[in-house]
Amino acid sequence: MTANTAPTHTLDQAQLQAAFYDLNEHDHPEGGSTMLGFWVYLMSDCLIFAMLFAAYGVLGGSLAAGPGPKDLFELPLVALNTAMLLFSSITYGFAMLAMEKNNKGATQAWLLVTAVFGACFLGIELYEFSNLIHEGATPMRSGFLTAFFSLVGTHGLHVTFGLIWLFTLVVQVGKKGLIPANKRRLMCLSLFWHFLDVIWIGVFTFVYLMGML
Amino acid sequence: MAIEAEAHNHWSPLLGRLWLDAIPQEPIVLATFVVVMLGGAALVAGLTYFKLWGYLWKEWFTSVDHKKIGIMYMILGLVMFLRGFADAIMMRAQQAMAFNGNDGYLNAHHYDQVFTAHGVIMIFFVAMPFVTGLMNYIVPLQIGARDVSFPFLNNFSFWMTTAGAVLTMMSLFVGEFAQTGWLAYPPLSNLAYSPWVGVDYYIWSLQIAGVGTLLSGVNLVCTIVKMRAPGMTMMRMPVFTWTSLCTNILIVAAFPVLTAVMTMLTVDRYLGFNFFSNDFGGSPMMYVNLIWIWGHPEVYILILPLFGVFSEVVSTFSGKRLFGYSSMVYATLVITILSYLVWLHHFFTMGSGASVNSFFGITTMVISIPTGAKLFNWLFTMYRGRIRYELPMMWTVAFMLTFTVGGMTGVLLAVPPADFVLHNSLFLIAHFHNVIIGGVLFGIFAAINFWWPKAFGFKLNQFWGKVSFWLWVPGFWFAFMPLYILGLMGVTRRMRVFDDPSIQIWFVIAAFGAVMIAGGIGAMLVQFAVSIWKREELKDETGDPWNGRTLEWSTSSPPPEYNFAFTPLVHDLDAWDDMKRCGVQRPTSGFRPIHMPSGTGTGLILAGLSTSLGFAMIWYIWWLAAVSFAGIIGYAIFHTFNYKRDYHIPVETVEATEAERTRQLAAAGA
Amino acid sequence: MANEHAHPNPAAHDHHDEHGASHGSMREYVVGFLLSVVLTAIPFWLVMTGAIPDKQTTALVIMAFAVVQIVVHMIYFLHMNTKSENGWTVMALIFTIVLVIITLSGSLWVMFHLNTNMMPMSVHDMGQLP
Repeated sequence: MTANTAPTHTLDQAQLQAAFYDLNEHDHPEGGSTMLGFWVYLMSDCLIFAMLFAAYGVLGGSLAAGPGPKDLFELPLVALNTAMLLFSSITYGFAMLAMEKNNKGATQAWLLVTAVFGACFLGIELYEFSNLIHEGATPMRSGFLTAFFSLVGTHGLHVTFGLIWLFTLVVQVGKKGLIPANKRRLMCLSLFWHFLDVIWIGVFTFVYLMGML
Repeated sequence: MAIEAEAHNHWSPLLGRLWLDAIPQEPIVLATFVVVMLGGAALVAGLTYFKLWGYLWKEWFTSVDHKKIGIMYMILGLVMFLRGFADAIMMRAQQAMAFNGNDGYLNAHHYDQVFTAHGVIMIFFVAMPFVTGLMNYIVPLQIGARDVSFPFLNNFSFWMTTAGAVLTMMSLFVGEFAQTGWLAYPPLSNLAYSPWVGVDYYIWSLQIAGVGTLLSGVNLVCTIVKMRAPGMTMMRMPVFTWTSLCTNILIVAAFPVLTAVMTMLTVDRYLGFNFFSNDFGGSPMMYVNLIWIWGHPEVYILILPLFGVFSEVVSTFSGKRLFGYSSMVYATLVITILSYLVWLHHFFTMGSGASVNSFFGITTMVISIPTGAKLFNWLFTMYRGRIRYELPMMWTVAFMLTFTVGGMTGVLLAVPPADFVLHNSLFLIAHFHNVIIGGVLFGIFAAINFWWPKAFGFKLNQFWGKVSFWLWVPGFWFAFMPLYILGLMGVTRRMRVFDDPSIQIWFVIAAFGAVMIAGGIGAMLVQFAVSIWKREELKDETGDPWNGRTLEWSTSSPPPEYNFAFTPLVHDLDAWDDMKRCGVQRPTSGFRPIHMPSGTGTGLILAGLSTSLGFAMIWYIWWLAAVSFAGIIGYAIFHTFNYKRDYHIPVETVEATEAERTRQLAAAGA
Repeated sequence: MANEHAHPNPAAHDHHDEHGASHGSMREYVVGFLLSVVLTAIPFWLVMTGAIPDKQTTALVIMAFAVVQIVVHMIYFLHMNTKSENGWTVMALIFTIVLVIITLSGSLWVMFHLNTNMMPMSVHDMGQLP
């Protein structure tokens, strides 16, 4: 094994060791990969939505002699819903700004405001769904309705999990304060929340607006 | 079949549709059940008698050490490999005898489950665990890191994969498995045509295992991007790490597709949605389209890491730097992208027409170019090298010969008109076994023989390794060349009985090949046993038994928990080879305490709850499903309230470990 | 060589990275919000009033608005920039967008051709199928 034979060059071992080993290493701070990891996860989530959009694109015209988008969608309701989501986005932004200033109370307050808007969004969506189902436009009715409910419903489920996560974080910030671990978590949820906004842009454009054309 | 379907109408709130008729009546299954139960009882009794439960729980099950998790993945793969191979040899036996009015020994219901389970197990619970296990073990060592980016997630991923495997195994004795073929195409997999639990077992096993695979992909991508030793730029990364990076990018980008498609099939079956139904505007072909968007990248997820293994093995055993390192990297990247542009070649006959078929036919042919470039790189690395034909190198050469044939038949199948003739025939079966066995499996065997001494501190026995090799490789050719011929003659896949007696001889030859492979597997198990038995004779104290080139060989075998007492600094490709050439000696003083993640049982508990959720959903036990789901969410939230997840290895421990290493090296050098 | 790595301090690097991922400022959030409101309101208005008579043009216009709004969200809310995580986030995003385009347009193309070849009827007729 060459590694154990005496070195033949002029550099002495101390210099060599300093060149090839980190002799003065410090602890790596925790969570250095978290933000990148969460982003990579979001990209994978994005592909789940891509598949649902693809299914909607292919099945969207398969009405099976049932009701179509123009019979079902109410754009004012969708506009209201979109507004809720947009408001929740900026209030989440305010929560992040409060977090930057290490203002624990304001962070929690803005998070709760965000939760209220998120809950309104979900409420309106559930109202819309229940209306559709009462009209007989159930997901079982046609390929179009299956794809519609699945796409919009999956987005809604994401918002629901976002809310559960948000409440957990409010409690955790309350208990531990704005420690680095909690800040990291708030930043992850921020990415998640705004990412759901981006998906919603696709939903209201491709499903609702294009459906009404 | 009709009678059977009626027999399963029972449902109760407490047990769902789980009832006594879930226990299979067939003698073969019952006998297997008895044997497995006795074996399981013996194992549990043995572990209890030797008081090993605490050790296993503390040192293995709850460990977040990437090396231990890697080894557990490999064990999972090996166990499931035996199950998957049992299915294979059952099929070979059935097809060799079911001629001239002989019905064989498997009825249709059982045979259909066997071929479905064989495919599902071999891909999801053999190839994937093997590949993930290898990447888990090797990648952090190769990049000079102490663990992966998210050690807890790693443990969780492993247990989710295991949970999927457990559900699949459960279907053998409780209920049935899918009878749909390994991708469960609708409408056959819809509730109307597969009313009982088979397809549900399929869906929930894959869904749960898929979560594990996806998270492990995220984890390894981050590890490679963020945790490389200082100085290791992208173009100084070992080729295995490169191919692992591309594989994990593919995992992150492909497995969500599988999740989405499986969920669509789930809502179709459970809620009566119409994604893939025949009526109400559903489109069964949409399933085929979507699942192959996952399925084709999956093929490259399996093979790319092994391309990395072959690269490491070839350059190590030729004693040379890899020929064309950067072309290897670019070829891998090109394959990564192209693997998303070929999915339709799995269903040329669907009827999309000439323009669509020509596009996907051409992209498929194009993808063989970077693959071919890799092959030439390996050959040129060997050219004028001092080749040592140790076992890993033997498997590599066998790979080059076998895989090339498989690749050529693949290009043949990529020609749409030819595919119309060969589609769904045994020719296709022969082709993909040719690439998966010749590429993935031979690669895994090369890797096991190559890195075993690193993981356990002793080499594998050569004699039994060679016996295994010489049974496996000719056995493979005997088993699959007849299938090419049969496929060209028009024999379709998944047949249980045959009318034409003239083709029986080919099936008999194939069965003979399968028996040889069985011998090869047996010899490999003997090889492991003999090597463990004689581990003192085979001991490697240098940590570098093959005169290796990358960083994993710079530490001891097995590596200490913290991998590297001092993080290495990298100045060149093949960092360890560079260090050896410069004659640097490892520092023996000035150690510091090392910061490490602590173990946790959360992964195991969450995966256990997921298994229970899957089981409850399969059997329509709604209360248990609700409880399990609430349990998963609740426990996951509870886990996030634990902020103390790390500890320091005290400097005394590091000093003691490194002093032992110094003694070992001195002994080896003497 | 030796000097280059004399005092590597990975800790400092990570620290730097964490600050590299910016959280935005009040100005950024407000600008992003206002832009989103405008970019949402216009397509809704276009569709609800039928301001552009041609449907295909309307479709293209609202799709363009969607794309612009997605970019706005990416920049002002998700704080995407080429520097955070040494460009890996942007790289991951571009890769994902490429795949989304391939899989979406590919699926539509494949399935459209399938339907044309296997079911020679118009979309309207398909809507009337039982």
